[in-house]
Amino acid sequence: MLDNPKKALVSVRDVKMHFPIHSGLLRRKTGAVKAVDGITFDVIEGETLGLVGESGCGKSTAGRAVLRLYDITSGEITMDGIEIGSTPQSQLREMRPMMQMVFQDPQASLNSRMTVEAIIREPLDEHTTLTAQEKREKVAELMDAVGLNRAFAKRYPQAFSGGQRQRIGIARALALNPKFIVCDEPIAALDVSIQAQVVNLLEDLQEQFGLTYLFISHDLSMVRHIATRVAVMYLGKIVELADRETLFAAPLHPYTKALLSAVPEPDPSLARKTERIILQGDVPSPSNPPKGCNFCSRCPAVMDICREVEPAYREVKPRQFTACHLFNES
Amino acid sequence: MTDNSMDMTAKPRNQWWDVWDQFKTHKGAVFGLGFLIFITLFCLIGPSLWNVDPGKLDIRNKDVRPIYMAIFDSGAKVSWARPMGTDNLGRDIMANIMQGGRISLAVGWTAMVLALLIGTTIGVLAGYFKRLDGILMRFTDLVLALPLLPLLLVMMLLFRDPLRATFGPEQGIFILIVTGIGITSWMQTARIVRGDVMAIKEREFVLAARSIGTPARRMITRHLLPNVLSPIMVSATLGLATAIITESALSFLGLGFPSDFPTWGKILFDSVDRMTAFPERVIWPGLAISLTVLAVNYIGDGLRDALDPSIRGL
Repeated sequence: MLDNPKKALVSVRDVKMHFPIHSGLLRRKTGAVKAVDGITFDVIEGETLGLVGESGCGKSTAGRAVLRLYDITSGEITMDGIEIGSTPQSQLREMRPMMQMVFQDPQASLNSRMTVEAIIREPLDEHTTLTAQEKREKVAELMDAVGLNRAFAKRYPQAFSGGQRQRIGIARALALNPKFIVCDEPIAALDVSIQAQVVNLLEDLQEQFGLTYLFISHDLSMVRHIATRVAVMYLGKIVELADRETLFAAPLHPYTKALLSAVPEPDPSLARKTERIILQGDVPSPSNPPKGCNFCSRCPAVMDICREVEPAYREVKPRQFTACHLFNES
Repeated sequence: MTDNSMDMTAKPRNQWWDVWDQFKTHKGAVFGLGFLIFITLFCLIGPSLWNVDPGKLDIRNKDVRPIYMAIFDSGAKVSWARPMGTDNLGRDIMANIMQGGRISLAVGWTAMVLALLIGTTIGVLAGYFKRLDGILMRFTDLVLALPLLPLLLVMMLLFRDPLRATFGPEQGIFILIVTGIGITSWMQTARIVRGDVMAIKEREFVLAARSIGTPARRMITRHLLPNVLSPIMVSATLGLATAIITESALSFLGLGFPSDFPTWGKILFDSVDRMTAFPERVIWPGLAISLTVLAVNYIGDGLRDALDPSIRGL
């Protein structure tokens, strides 16, 4: 399946999202937090692209920027052949049904003043002209699809458990039959037992509705389970992107290696054998990233060139992209 | 009942019944509502039952004490025809309280609603639209810095006569007072609402609504306003009290309604100088003002709880 190249549903080209810092008496712009600093990737129709990285590396910002929940600083985003990188928000409204989002915190992402029915119905109210009865039926269908009892439609979100709330969020995202869903750490706030349920639900729905996911997570084992390809982010940039098997078996970038070595190994005898790569120091501030490669301050294989020249992000092996000077052709 | 609720296709129960059920559990609010209904009916229907002209002078029957004084003092000047007594010009106090209540309640409610509308609109706009924030909040500061009484004085001088000519003496003054109080008491509401809107705007469910494509106007009505209801409700109850009291103060200064036109505040102030001899003339309007304010406060409290689904336990 991976051999015949399918078309990219979403392609992101050099997208930057800088948040300005204003300071001083006149609130002048004195700098910027480079939360996302030039990322490029494609999400192929029907696949799940995992986006991993440590806290604060810009994963969530990247996900929101792709959906244009932010006005991006620069770059191009093409959604199903339509360029939306610089479209004003008012015109984007037409595109919204195609792309939806599942949020991290199921409590915060549901309005506590609305019933479950009203929450799931909101996208229908905004984008369809169904009658009240049709909407009610559609809501009930969606609740069935995500495994919620339809008798609970009149309840408020705070009456539900975390996993159920996340199902409400998923039902809302599905309401308009989107093609592309950004899952922004949908399982991070849930119990481990519930995590599996929600991830399996997401997989079932993908099969059922032919969805494409951008799955943002810091849980590598979960990404390994659900993703077809994985992108690794560090300090606002993608350092490596490859097929799941390739990435987990033969990572190229030193950061990916370090990240993968941090995954706990359930087998104690294997766990003793594996060597952990412990990175030194802290992540630099995204408002003041180091010169050259972003990872040069902590890289175990740092070279002189890394501190001077920013490595280009390119395909070093077939279907395996990375941004590292170790793989320069020389 | 339980069988019905399991079936979603059955006609859903109106959610206002849930609100009412929760409201009923707040005893103070129920008492408050009862009193407010009573005082409103007292002022509205009272005059048609108690057919006495509040402005009629009856010098022979002046300074009649309320009927209960007969219990303490057998020689007191009392009359069943004047159950609450009369004032120093022989005007019937009960009829005055009824007539005054009409004006005071009308001024209070209208001014409060006006202040609430202005305050909420400015607060929501300033909190939601960053571009408007600076200018709207500086405007709020500007109005806040204006001294209320001189402003009203100027308003009276400028607009009293044209308004009187257009709407008649009572209507004209009513509009003037309500507008005056309304446009000088919305600032607190605006500030509180702005702060709350700014906090709620950053919550994830607003981002979720944005990802759905909800336009700003429905974002405000669907997501922001229901969530800032509590502070609005509190300002509303406080605003009603302030409006009634401000109207009293204005009447006292001679800037309000004409002298032969009773309001609760005016009756109160007229009686202050002979308070020791005739305490009932202060007690009755004072009690009416404070109980109304208290009742509205309790209603607001109960309503706030009833409208919050998390307190309602749903």
